[in-house]
Amino acid sequence: MKTNDLMRESYSALAVNKVRSTLTMLGIIIGIASVIAMIAIGQGAQAMVQANIQSIGSNLIVVTPGVQKGPGAFISLGRGSAENLTMADYQAIASQVPSIQAVAPELSKPYQITAKGTNTHTQVIGTNQNYPIVRNVNMQDGSFVTAQEVSSNAKVAVLGPTTASDLFPNIADPIEQTIKINSIDFKIIGVMQSKGGSGFFNQDDMVIIPISTAQHYLAGPNSNGQPYVSDISISAVDQNSMSAVQQEVTNLLLQRHKITDPSQADFTVQNQASIVSAASSVTGTFTILLASIAGISLVVGGIGIMNMMLTTVTERTREIGLRKAIGATRRDINLQFLAESVILTFFGGFIGIVLGWLIALAAAHFLSFPAQVNTSSIILAFGVSAFIGIAFGYYPALRASKLDPIVALRFE
Amino acid sequence: MIQLQNIFKSYFNEGIETRVLKNINFSIEEGEFVAIMGPSGSGKSTLMHILGALDSPTSGKYILDGHDVSTLSDDNLAEIRRKKIGFVFQSFNLLPRATVVRNVALPLVYAEIERSKREEMAKSALLQSGLDESRFYHLSNQLSGGQQQRVAIARALVNNPALVLADEPTGNLDTKTGDIVLGTFQDLNEQGRTIVLITHEPYVAEHANRIIHIKDGEVLSDEKNTHRRAVIEHRGVVENRDVVENHGAVENQDAIESKNTIEH
Ligand SMILES: Nc1ncnc2c1ncn2[C@@H]1O[C@H](COP(=O)(O)OP(=O)(O)OP(=O)(O)O)[C@@H](O)[C@H]1O
Ligand SMILES: [Mg+2]
Repeated sequence: MKTNDLMRESYSALAVNKVRSTLTMLGIIIGIASVIAMIAIGQGAQAMVQANIQSIGSNLIVVTPGVQKGPGAFISLGRGSAENLTMADYQAIASQVPSIQAVAPELSKPYQITAKGTNTHTQVIGTNQNYPIVRNVNMQDGSFVTAQEVSSNAKVAVLGPTTASDLFPNIADPIEQTIKINSIDFKIIGVMQSKGGSGFFNQDDMVIIPISTAQHYLAGPNSNGQPYVSDISISAVDQNSMSAVQQEVTNLLLQRHKITDPSQADFTVQNQASIVSAASSVTGTFTILLASIAGISLVVGGIGIMNMMLTTVTERTREIGLRKAIGATRRDINLQFLAESVILTFFGGFIGIVLGWLIALAAAHFLSFPAQVNTSSIILAFGVSAFIGIAFGYYPALRASKLDPIVALRFE
Repeated sequence: MIQLQNIFKSYFNEGIETRVLKNINFSIEEGEFVAIMGPSGSGKSTLMHILGALDSPTSGKYILDGHDVSTLSDDNLAEIRRKKIGFVFQSFNLLPRATVVRNVALPLVYAEIERSKREEMAKSALLQSGLDESRFYHLSNQLSGGQQQRVAIARALVNNPALVLADEPTGNLDTKTGDIVLGTFQDLNEQGRTIVLITHEPYVAEHANRIIHIKDGEVLSDEKNTHRRAVIEHRGVVENRDVVENHGAVENQDAIESKNTIEH
């Protein structure tokens, strides 16, 4: 039997029973669509997390206080609880570690912030003039905190764009306006440009004030009477010097904190690459989890195919007998039924890919993050659906091909 | 062409043996036109299935074209059926939801004939079997019994088989269309094809040049038909409706009576 005839025979057999063929295909459509959509959403989330982390700063190294933890520690944002990282540590790093482009101390804490008739709860970060370099900050309006304002404990604030619109929904340019943090008045001197992040790491919702002001009015010294910081952000001059800087900073702080065993360090030095890979592995696991749940529905769809094919073979026993009587070989019959199930899964797979894509686009639209449908997941989906067609169509087709023609012709 | 040696066929249902064919021995030469007659249940269809390499005997030897059929593989048998044999089944066995032309062309699909030629071949086979052209694209389950029978005959003829096996091919036909079919069989026979035809009706059997009677699975008689009825001549008087219709009426009456007596 010629291949195109085989296809034609299989197709017309399926077309005779349109409703049943469609319903059976639905199982595969749903399975493939959910796998495609889940992978797209998962990979979109992964890409977004990576982009967000990248936008925090380039060649960034962050020193946080507290016990050394696994690479996931930064994700939990559990920093700032310990108070053993001090301004003196910051100055030592700034003056003694080579290959540093800029270094900024940060003292952050969430506060209730009020303006005229509005209020919000957000992170207040005390820092200095180096912060924009280290953290890739650009200004939308006004200017950032200056060195003079740091040394004079000025009560000035720079708002993130989200915070600005939360506090001043009706004012396009909130500069010169006043906000209250912890009942203290601060004058707004600038609004930062949006970094476009949302969800996991919203870098647009924060208030920046001079670190000296934060230490003076909001946080006070630690138990040793020293002004402390919640982290120190360092940007290395380039990618290649990252690990050297990380090592130098670690050695310097170990020495300053009088710790000999590095595993006992009371601080953590992390670089951006490790943060990105940690976050990626979390979202990657998440994607695999979603995809495997969707994969289960694909298996269910496959069983649906097998069920339908077995029913078809039984219903068409006489037809099979006839085809054999007029000269069909076992192989002809086997291939015809196999082709029927593969046609179902292949078209089901195709529709599923389109549907999954649409779902991913819709999800991306409503959850406002990018969904990524890539060619490898499409090829994979086609491969998987063809495989399901063969795997679940194999047994019914084998049964059909083994029927004895005369017994089949007598079948009622 | 065909040699049957001590053919026995039994069916076993729950340990009970039903002997359907008992020691059948005969040969059919190439180019013969054989009619097999016998009462209902005598094993005619069973015998035809064995002749067509569809079924295998319980014991005995069936030699087709010099090959012992029992030694051939499934695929060899399929090839023989595809290339050499045309079946007309007693119960037609058409694909119900396919058109007439598609049904007739189906053997050509397995014979790997070009698609473009198939429709042409199917139509000419249908004309040979006397089906009206207006029915060619009807679904086969929208046809009358007689029309379905003609489709089944056309399907058996479409790949020009060397051996045509027809199980009651005129059972549902009036005499006029029955004659067309019988004429076709005689034409084919004259072209050198071997025809084996099963029938209840002596009138039909008379068109053959040899008549085998079987009863209870045994050959009762096997004789040459010396005064063979020729449809070709008969067709000349088809215009004379009186003769045909009158004859047909009588024949049909006979057939109904004989069937009734056999069935009860
Ligand atoms: N699968 C089977 N199991 C048991 N008995 C069977 C089976 N098939 C056929 N038979 C028996 O074999 C006998 C012969 O059947 P067959 O169909 O060959 O008769 P036939 O001569 O063609 O009759 P008819 O003229 O009515 O078509 C019947 O008695 C039938 O009951
Ligand atoms: Mg019969």
